[in-house]
Amino acid sequence: MTRIDDPIPAPPATTASDALACSPLAGRLFGEIHAATLDCVHCGLCLQSCPTYRATGRETSSPRGRIYLMRGHAEGRLDDPALLAEEAFLCLGCRACETACPSGVRYGEILEKTRAAVREAQPGGPLVRAIERFMLREVVPRRGRLGLLVGLLALAQRLGLMALAQRILPAPLAERARLLPRIPAAAERRRMPAFTPAIGPRRGRVALFEGCVMPEFFGRVNEAARLVLARAGWDVVVPERQGCCGALHAHAGDLERASELARHNVTVFDPMLAEGGIDAILVTSAGCSAALRELEHWIGSDGRALAGGVRDVLDFLAEVGAVDSVSGRAPALALAPIPRRVCYDDPCHLIHAQGIAAAPRRLLTAIPQLELVAHRNPEACCGAAGIYNLTHPEMAARVLAPKLDALEEATPEIVATANPGCAMQIAAGLAGRGSAARVAHPIELLEEASRGSTNGSGR
Amino acid sequence: MSAALLARLREIVGDDRCLTREGELFAYECDGLTLSPKRPLAVVLPVSAEEVAAIVRACRALGASFVPRGAGTGLSGGAHATEGGILIECSRMNRILEIDAENRVAVVQPGVVNAELSAAVASLGLFYAPDPSSQQACTIGGNVAENSGGPHTLKYGTTTNHVLALEMVLPDGSVQRFGNRIGEGPGFDFVGAIVGSEGTLGIVTEATVRLTAIPQAVETLLVLFEDVVAACRAVGRIIRSGVVPAALEIVDRRTIEAVEASVYAAGLPTTAGAVLIVELDGLPVNLTGEIEAIRAACEAEHCQAIEIARDEAERKRFWRARKGAFGAMGRLAPDLYVHDAVVPRIHLPAILAKVCEICDRHRLKLANVFHAGDGNLHPNICFDRRDPDELARVMAAGKEILEACVAVGGVITGEHGVGVEKRDYMHLVFGAADLDPMMRLRDAFNPDGLCNPGKIIPTTRFCVESNPKARGYDAVPFE
Ligand SMILES: Cc1cc2nc3c(=O)[nH]c(=O)nc-3n(C[C@H](O)[C@H](O)[C@H](O)COP(=O)(O)OP(=O)(O)OC[C@H]3O[C@@H](n4cnc5c(N)ncnc54)[C@H](O)[C@@H]3O)c2cc1C
Ligand code: SF4
Ligand code: SF4
Repeated sequence: MTRIDDPIPAPPATTASDALACSPLAGRLFGEIHAATLDCVHCGLCLQSCPTYRATGRETSSPRGRIYLMRGHAEGRLDDPALLAEEAFLCLGCRACETACPSGVRYGEILEKTRAAVREAQPGGPLVRAIERFMLREVVPRRGRLGLLVGLLALAQRLGLMALAQRILPAPLAERARLLPRIPAAAERRRMPAFTPAIGPRRGRVALFEGCVMPEFFGRVNEAARLVLARAGWDVVVPERQGCCGALHAHAGDLERASELARHNVTVFDPMLAEGGIDAILVTSAGCSAALRELEHWIGSDGRALAGGVRDVLDFLAEVGAVDSVSGRAPALALAPIPRRVCYDDPCHLIHAQGIAAAPRRLLTAIPQLELVAHRNPEACCGAAGIYNLTHPEMAARVLAPKLDALEEATPEIVATANPGCAMQIAAGLAGRGSAARVAHPIELLEEASRGSTNGSGR
Repeated sequence: MSAALLARLREIVGDDRCLTREGELFAYECDGLTLSPKRPLAVVLPVSAEEVAAIVRACRALGASFVPRGAGTGLSGGAHATEGGILIECSRMNRILEIDAENRVAVVQPGVVNAELSAAVASLGLFYAPDPSSQQACTIGGNVAENSGGPHTLKYGTTTNHVLALEMVLPDGSVQRFGNRIGEGPGFDFVGAIVGSEGTLGIVTEATVRLTAIPQAVETLLVLFEDVVAACRAVGRIIRSGVVPAALEIVDRRTIEAVEASVYAAGLPTTAGAVLIVELDGLPVNLTGEIEAIRAACEAEHCQAIEIARDEAERKRFWRARKGAFGAMGRLAPDLYVHDAVVPRIHLPAILAKVCEICDRHRLKLANVFHAGDGNLHPNICFDRRDPDELARVMAAGKEILEACVAVGGVITGEHGVGVEKRDYMHLVFGAADLDPMMRLRDAFNPDGLCNPGKIIPTTRFCVESNPKARGYDAVPFE
């Protein structure tokens, strides 16, 4: 009979070389994540915050269980890499577990490293992997190619081919096709001006980080940010050489490519920061800002300056007094009414990865007559999670369902969210349920409300 | 045996709710107690009482043991598959079946999470009173099994005071109902026997629980003291003053530092040696006078300062911090041993001094956060289970702590249960003559011993050899 002080069955590896003797995977995990997994004391307080645990009830699909699997592999006590890989990729990477964890487990970081280590064992087979790799490596980060692909999609949409595709494709593929947002007209996808001067008294100068998906699908969001910032008194520069942030790659376990992309952005932005030419690098996509602010996980201290300079655009605007008086200065923006019921939904990469929840709400409530309606489920993941809704459509739909329920209950006219993936996922979900609510980035609403505004006119 | 059993289990719940892969079993090898892990043969996730009953019958037919599990936050290893049997994971049985606001009753499946029940009835002005610190994760089924308490147990009682009726799958595979909605009934109090039986009498598949009205007014005070012992003395004075606070919790400096470094930071003062959290609730007119009584009691023990939560948001933050405290200790070391013992309140100051002395002597890092009003201490020892020497010192210190508590008339667990963890310490408080009726009760429900074996009652060898003088609360060394 087991007694409390019985020795643990298979003694855990306690050194990197012990672990390596068990398997190459154990050796790698031991070196990269083992110490961080020890922060987990197995208390379980994170369980209910985890969408995949809520959907399945399985310990292995919970943060605590996943960390336990990672630790078990690192210590050579467990040899089930296929399960580890499945769970590492079934995880949404939403990091709600970090917000719940009293022990400070750095889950996002160990997840990325685990994914990189188990990548080859991931489900879906070599073909899916190859396609995904090709998309991520060769298409997404190269503007020309992504533009081409998006152009083709736009054409297909316009020609009604998507509907046809949805009818003839097998169900999972049709589901994926359905998720694609309507591709904006070419005019919206044009490059932004490299420099936009502040309107009215100048408060400073910022750079706008465009991202890779944003300009193609959500050019209007970046455009709104540019206009609002200028109206609020900021010169806006958009460095042409900037590239993709690498978040999608890192989340897919391709840390190598993510690091290359990160280093490229460092060469673009570090000199600007060093010269004091810009006060901050502002980002409209929560996924990108979260990744950029944690560049040190990928490229160590080389990423420190850039990471330190990056801010979410909403967080920045709230702090510098776009809508409030700050140290005696009048609000930078004058806002016209938008008489609409709005629900704000927290993107995981803002609330859980960056702890930003109040700023977007503050900006929205500052818009006259805008009624900010709370809904029951703002902090839970919507299931978009980068390309998760493409790789795991079934789980993504299950994760999204409670949010759609909550939104239906709150009956907003507009759902505001600050991340492109979430916007697509929620919009597709709402449309699927026949809801007329539209989805917008808070910055778009701010842009709409501030059209007559110049810096300092907000008194 | 096992192939046939697994095939049968798959028939009952389907492949996706029957887990048998190596990693899956590994993840289920322990609960909140990471010592003495044991991999189950399989894990099944039923969704109904019928499925549970079928699982139990299948296990019995093939002589396999079975163990119910909720969220696995238990701290005494109650949900370990100690004999390697089948884990019956209740997480999927998580529906609230009925809310009867008029009669203040809710009917829930066992996997409903404690805090989610309170959230679901909040708009009706009600809550579910037992509030273990783990309430954001733990399940009603686990609470029933452990008779869980929480900070507000002082005023509202433990789980047993809030369970009216239960549906349970007995270890023979039959489904039985016990108790009724009114809470009173002729005949034996089976519900009372089942609450706290740690899953050894059967598997609860439905619970009818009492809901409580949210108090009209609540005030939360933080009282700062130089050290834990002074805070304990103040607790004694408060109780003697006749005020019955809703909660009286003590948090020491090491704990506060850990919490304030975590996502649960609430601005608790890190300057004090200990903070006493006093919560008062009830009718607004009564609270002013009670606050004055608390103030007088604390000042008589030379408290450093008294702060009152300014608003509901701050109050909630304080409680989130208090409830995140255990986990926050994880920042200090990879493992955490959360002890649980109760002493008559009058002995609290002396016992805390003793606990500190024991841990110092064993060179262990100790933090204290506990339900002072109930005399329920939770010495938390931070350690690393991979260091055999440290582990041995942790176990030795744990035993000494329990012995010290028992020596002053205390008991070896307040709310975390006996499980595997305290099983062999039962002799500290019970002799063979006390254990015998317990065993007979268990055997009446669970004659083959297949339902959650290896828990609560010490192994036979100990029973037979135990010292006949070990009766009642006499301290008797064992082994
Ligand atoms: C951070 C933290 C704080 C805690 N704070 C407190 C506290 O303040 N007060 C307190 O009392 N406890 C506390 N605990 C201990 C623990 O949370 C409680 O014992 C809780 O009731 C366990 O619930 P669970 O759902 O996690 O059950 P589990 O751990 O899964 O199981 C506990 C026991 O219940 C049995 N069981 C589970 N479901 C059923 C069922 N359906 N039918 C029959 N038996 C069943 C299991 O076999 C096991 O013996 C804390 C634990 C942690 C990690
Ligand atoms: S990141 Fe999200 S999905 Fe993954 S374990 Fe944490 S809470 Fe669960
Ligand atoms: S809350 Fe943190 S420490 Fe607790 S189980 Fe989850 S990850 Fe581990």
